[in-house]
Amino acid sequence: MYNMKYDVVVVGGGPAGLAAAVSAKEEGAEKVLIIERDNALGGILQQCIHPGFGLTRFKEELTGPEYYSRFTEKADALGVEYLLNSMVLEVNTEAKQVICTSGEYGMVCVTCGSIVLAMGCRERTRAGIVVPGTRPAGLYTAGSAQRLVNRQNIMVGKKVVILGSGDIGMIMARRMTLEGAEVVMVVELMDYLAGLTRNRVQCLDDFGIPLKLAHTITKIEGNERVTGVYVAPVDENKKPILEQEEFVPCDTVLFSVGLIPENELSKKASIAISPVTNGPIVNQHMQTSSEGVFACGNVVHVNDLVDNVSSESETAGKFAARYAMGNIPAETKTVTCKTGRNVRYICPHTISLSKEAETVDLYFRVLMPEMGAKLVAKCGDEVIAQKKEIKVNPGEMNHITVNTGKITGDLTVEVIKED
Amino acid sequence: MKKDIICTICPKGCTVTVEGEAGAVTSITGFGCKRGQEYATAEFTSHVRILTTTVKIEGRDSDLLPVRSSRPLPKEKILDCMAVIKEVSVKAPVSQYDVIVENICGTGIDIVATKTMQ
Amino acid sequence: MKTDVVVIGAGAVGCAIARELSKYQVNVTVVDKNEDVGGDASKSNSAIIHTGYDASPGTLESQLVVAANPMYDEIVKDLDVPFKRIGAILPAFTEEQFLQLPAIKEKAFKNHVYDVEYKSGAELLAMEPNLNPEVKGGLYIPRESIIDPFILVQAMAENANANGVEFLLGAKVTDIKTENGKIKSVVTEKGEIETKYVINSAGLYCDEIAAMVGKADYKVVARKGQFYILDKNTSCQVEHIVLPIPTKITKGKLMCPTIHGNMLVGPTADDQESKVDKSTTAEGLESIAKDVRNLVPGVNLRDTITQYCGLRPNRNPEGLHFDMYDDLAGYINLSGVRSTGLTLSVAMGKYVVQQMLMHGADFVLKENFIKERKGIIKFSEQPLEVQDALIRENPLYGNVVCRCETITEAEILQAIHRPLGAKSVDAVKRRVRAGMGRCQGGFCGPKVIEILARELKVSPEKINKHNPGSYMVTGRSRG
Repeated sequence: MYNMKYDVVVVGGGPAGLAAAVSAKEEGAEKVLIIERDNALGGILQQCIHPGFGLTRFKEELTGPEYYSRFTEKADALGVEYLLNSMVLEVNTEAKQVICTSGEYGMVCVTCGSIVLAMGCRERTRAGIVVPGTRPAGLYTAGSAQRLVNRQNIMVGKKVVILGSGDIGMIMARRMTLEGAEVVMVVELMDYLAGLTRNRVQCLDDFGIPLKLAHTITKIEGNERVTGVYVAPVDENKKPILEQEEFVPCDTVLFSVGLIPENELSKKASIAISPVTNGPIVNQHMQTSSEGVFACGNVVHVNDLVDNVSSESETAGKFAARYAMGNIPAETKTVTCKTGRNVRYICPHTISLSKEAETVDLYFRVLMPEMGAKLVAKCGDEVIAQKKEIKVNPGEMNHITVNTGKITGDLTVEVIKED
Repeated sequence: MKKDIICTICPKGCTVTVEGEAGAVTSITGFGCKRGQEYATAEFTSHVRILTTTVKIEGRDSDLLPVRSSRPLPKEKILDCMAVIKEVSVKAPVSQYDVIVENICGTGIDIVATKTMQ
Repeated sequence: MKTDVVVIGAGAVGCAIARELSKYQVNVTVVDKNEDVGGDASKSNSAIIHTGYDASPGTLESQLVVAANPMYDEIVKDLDVPFKRIGAILPAFTEEQFLQLPAIKEKAFKNHVYDVEYKSGAELLAMEPNLNPEVKGGLYIPRESIIDPFILVQAMAENANANGVEFLLGAKVTDIKTENGKIKSVVTEKGEIETKYVINSAGLYCDEIAAMVGKADYKVVARKGQFYILDKNTSCQVEHIVLPIPTKITKGKLMCPTIHGNMLVGPTADDQESKVDKSTTAEGLESIAKDVRNLVPGVNLRDTITQYCGLRPNRNPEGLHFDMYDDLAGYINLSGVRSTGLTLSVAMGKYVVQQMLMHGADFVLKENFIKERKGIIKFSEQPLEVQDALIRENPLYGNVVCRCETITEAEILQAIHRPLGAKSVDAVKRRVRAGMGRCQGGFCGPKVIEILARELKVSPEKINKHNPGSYMVTGRSRG
């Protein structure tokens, strides 16, 4: 086995891992290594050739490759090292060792000062949502189809039905249309859009692609290749109204029905996982339940904007570097972030207080859409931060900034309906 | 004429109500910021979109060069531009922001590479 | 083409017969309509090697299943097939169920399965903590076992092939010609094969094959069975095959681990006309959920990674049949090979060949029969030092293609290039499990298509999911 030694090891070379590695280096970590299983850095952004990235961070509208290249250039300039085509098989949190494959070196054991988990997420599949029917060719998750079309020069089909109005699904609706396929419809179980409104406008409305809200696919047909699907409206309990079922011929079905943080490594390493986000429980420095092991990006909670991923990953990288250098402020107390009215989860889950006050961005998702909302963070009855929003929506992450100096105990975030 | 335009500048998706005649805006409400106001005004008079797609790299089957329009294109020209881009191929290496198609379809806008390819 | 024996059907039974015949100096050709070995029912079942405790005593099915079970210890060693004797439990939750146990044990005894034992409720809960705590007691059937059914059939086929058996795949049989009360030839989509013997082990389609020689005095009734497969990480697991007490109407739905550590839940049992409709249904999947919760209340079906459906070739009139005919020399008909077919295949191989020998076949044993077959080494199951050595020998072991199951490019290339190799995405999946994990090929699917196209030297649109017509993609988007 080949042995290596680094200050900070980052598992995953997508947007989260890149930002963490760059910021660890900037914070002063001498040797930083990214371990990436694909043949190039950039992660999912390599196939996200569409625009819409970087509006918050760079104040301009970038495509995926442009966005991540700003980080790879920085990483190169700073001397971040990386292993490609290399899959991490084990993380030992106690010994701070990471074991991975490498075609070049054989099995590699990297001993390090701290670890950043940035494995991203995977797509929920048909099985996760139980769509009955046959198992023919032509069923893809939207992301697999996106990789094939945008990176591998392979078209997946000609007549497409998309299940789920997630962002990748809508973006693929436009992409497939531009490549000459017919997108028959986008079917969404909920009575509201899962993804961003602007994607509906630019990807569906622009091309006249029908969006069927409160509908679902009840059955898939075809033995060799898909020949069509049955689509039906659903009632208020999300049960299909079978009397109104109709057959929609197609040769391809794309599933855009949600993303799941990919935490098999974290679970194997006994890192505490939140049952709500399916990601590691972290504090405001993105440190997990294992000391010196940090996590950031979609492995923690699924984000809709890469800009948020970058900033949260910079925090992870910065504190991973500090941990490796033995420079983490001494904790005086830990408080928990609790969900109040219309809040599904909050990230970070806990806040570690020390003598130094700092500002912390609390990212959270609401449970249901609401117009005219006030976002409030409070300790007991005392409001420590608040902010107004024209509307809130489960598909769009909200955030509120608090100062740890004002925190007196466990903190609650809630959304108050304003008239 | 009155039109509800969903702003796509940022993910918020504000609904901006614009009133006016033949390109001249007489009233605009519902925007959340100055850029939203500009977007809705532009969208009321003419629709533009950034086009992103891919270009064939000579001698490579299973690899593509991602490209974009350097500026937003008139929406009605998008499919014409796609038809041109589908026939184009480039020789590697290509640098990010190299011009791949100059002045596409007479729009005065270039198609540029978004990725450096060795 | 000319041969001595044509075996129709490359499922478990067909491949077991072929392997048994390959011990003799006789030319054998296996034909199948599918592009891959593995059959239909043989690849979508509960992957259990039964003991025969609940068979109808005295029947051919009982004899073969009971005889087959002990054979597996040696076969899985010789052929390198994943197999585990985990045992089954049959818990009773109601007084009524409890009172049925003695009759079940007595039936096992009549089937010569003598190692079935009573267990108390406390003992069963100790063996299987996630069992419904209402359990009053039950039976333990120690030799009920689990296997990788894909590998079993591939291994038998590969070993038969190594011993000279030819395989003609993607070759649907369209006719069987006879002459003077004897078999003359088998006509397939890929040509006519002159032969002395025909063995009909066509499973679901055995009635259609029998009709070609006028011997279809029965019909195959497809019995649909739907299953769930749960993630290896699912919180509520079992370590044994947990069987329900059968009712008059149904054998019921079980829960058990698969040989690769997933949880398997099912099946339904509904007879249907169609032999191709393998669709899962909302009602079927709901009924599994409801029934299995009676056995294991904590089962978490939200951890489902796939649902599938198999068709068991039941027979009307019922029963496993082996038939030879005085008026048609050289023709052997197997019918009613149903849910116990996977288990009894290895015994059926021996039974068929012995019957042929006793009925005039003059097959002479080979001296150079190759008994063993080595499987593809599973990188993920090796200790670190072995993994390290594998990569140093072949760097493609360092390239993990399927991340959920940790399957490397080196393993996928072996699946494609070994004899009777994989030509489709599903064939790769069934050999090395790429795409069998929780993301169901979301990540590795695109790569597997590219690897298959590259290795088979065809364009991507020629790559099928399984059979012709199941094209994965429509072609290059930029020519």
